[in-house]
Amino acid sequence: MLGSLASLGRWALGVFERLGRGHLFLLNILMSLHVVVTRPRLVIRELYSVGVLSLLIIAVSGLFVGMVLGYQLYITLVRFGAEEVLGSAVALSLVRELGPVVTALLFAGRAGSALSAEIGLMKTTEQLSGMEMMAVDPIKRVIVPRFVAAFISLPLLAAIFSAVAIMGGYFIGVGLLGVDSGSFWSQMQANVDFYEDVMNGIIKSLVFGFVAAWIAVFEGYDAVPTSEGVSRATTRTVVHTALAVLALDFILTGLMFGDI
Amino acid sequence: MTRAARCADARTQNQKRRAPVIEPQVHNHAPVRQDTLVEIRDLHFSRRGRPIFRGLNASIPRGSITALMGPSGTGKTTLLKLIGGQLRPDRGQILVDGVDIHRLGRADLYRMRRRMGMLFQTGALLTDLSVFENVAFPVRENAVLPEGVLRTLVLMKLEAVGLRGARDLMPSELSGGMARRVALARAIALDPMMIMYDEPFTGLDPITMGVIVALIKRLNDTLGLTSILVSHDVQEAASIADRLYLISDGLVVDSGSPADMERTESQWAQQFMKGLPDGPVPFHYPAPDYLSDLMGAAQKEGA
Repeated sequence: MLGSLASLGRWALGVFERLGRGHLFLLNILMSLHVVVTRPRLVIRELYSVGVLSLLIIAVSGLFVGMVLGYQLYITLVRFGAEEVLGSAVALSLVRELGPVVTALLFAGRAGSALSAEIGLMKTTEQLSGMEMMAVDPIKRVIVPRFVAAFISLPLLAAIFSAVAIMGGYFIGVGLLGVDSGSFWSQMQANVDFYEDVMNGIIKSLVFGFVAAWIAVFEGYDAVPTSEGVSRATTRTVVHTALAVLALDFILTGLMFGDI
Repeated sequence: MTRAARCADARTQNQKRRAPVIEPQVHNHAPVRQDTLVEIRDLHFSRRGRPIFRGLNASIPRGSITALMGPSGTGKTTLLKLIGGQLRPDRGQILVDGVDIHRLGRADLYRMRRRMGMLFQTGALLTDLSVFENVAFPVRENAVLPEGVLRTLVLMKLEAVGLRGARDLMPSELSGGMARRVALARAIALDPMMIMYDEPFTGLDPITMGVIVALIKRLNDTLGLTSILVSHDVQEAASIADRLYLISDGLVVDSGSPADMERTESQWAQQFMKGLPDGPVPFHYPAPDYLSDLMGAAQKEGA
């Protein structure tokens, strides 16, 4: 009994210690953000590897999610003779919810894990330590550009995901199932509010981008410098980001749409 | 502004950036001797409750090659990280050029590190940069130089380690010895006052090891450096070091010139220098009596 309590205590202390380290790390990043202005090329290079290289998976996933959504919503709506609202139903589902959430989950799997692995390997091969000894701050040179690139990329990728998914829904609804094209677009235009729906979706993706970027760079930087440590860090990045995004989505949805 | 004027201006700016503006801040104890570059005083350091150093004292003379030696796990690499200010001691002082390295603020510490070079065991080359860019990296990050001057500087450093022709290769295309030579060129890129070598001979074939040994000696003498060499390769380290420190169990067990260490009466030093399998460092891990252990096993099987 006492042994179990001691183990629980050790686990809790470990969790709080890690949380503390993570927050101090974030503070360090925020205090070094001026690098974005003084050395924008570093951020642009990371934007390519984090954002541009994630485009394909985001676009393909968006297309399929949109097509599935078109099918599923049509099957339900046609029972009530309301298939002409398919456009607005697809758009609202994507812009408010699926766009930011699914993009964040895909981003964690594609770019977040890659960031953690890259930073973890730099630590394992003493590249970060080497930079410190060359009077180069690895937070400014390595971490901040990657953090900012991830933070900027996710909302843009979420927008692309939603746009492609809407096109997927259009192909299925209008092209395959015979929904009227004019109804599809006009219902969408009438029922999707820019501030209520689009802006809230953007806010969500900004929050998810911040959290996904923070977790990815922290897990890499805090990885145990062994091959097993890097492997664990990449796994933790995906798992923690997914859990954080889903939990935050619930809270943000409640705050934005639930009148909490 | 003419090209010559621009170069002169850049040089002046760089001298301003590199100039050591750190005032000596020796806070207590005896003053540091002028001929000593690194002074380690009563160093205590522990990791996760396990003591690594228990009052270690050592002094590294300017212009010398000093080898810190000892069995694996004695904290030799940790000592280099303490000298470079990457770790903080629990107690004691490390004075580098008269300055307590652990009392420096972040900016002053980074300024001091520009005057230190370090060669890591793995080379620690940046894997996404070519050999040329790796050597140029510390200069680009710490100084503003016209591209032509930078190119000349990098080629001179690469020529010093015999790898000018390998400038366009990527780190993945280098052998272990070549990677270490590139790392050495990078370590001297900022013209430091001292270089710390962390196990520079590990995992090298005899020819490459000979090259690295000769390079360390040549660079130390021609550039007027002070070299701190961490190694457990006795022959190689003793062949170029002016002074050896043998470290074990958190303390300096013995020290002196390689010739002194050959004649030492310390049994531990004798065992280490001659590579004897048994002695003060026992061959057997502590265990119960062999015979009773075997008999105990036989009795258990009988029962």
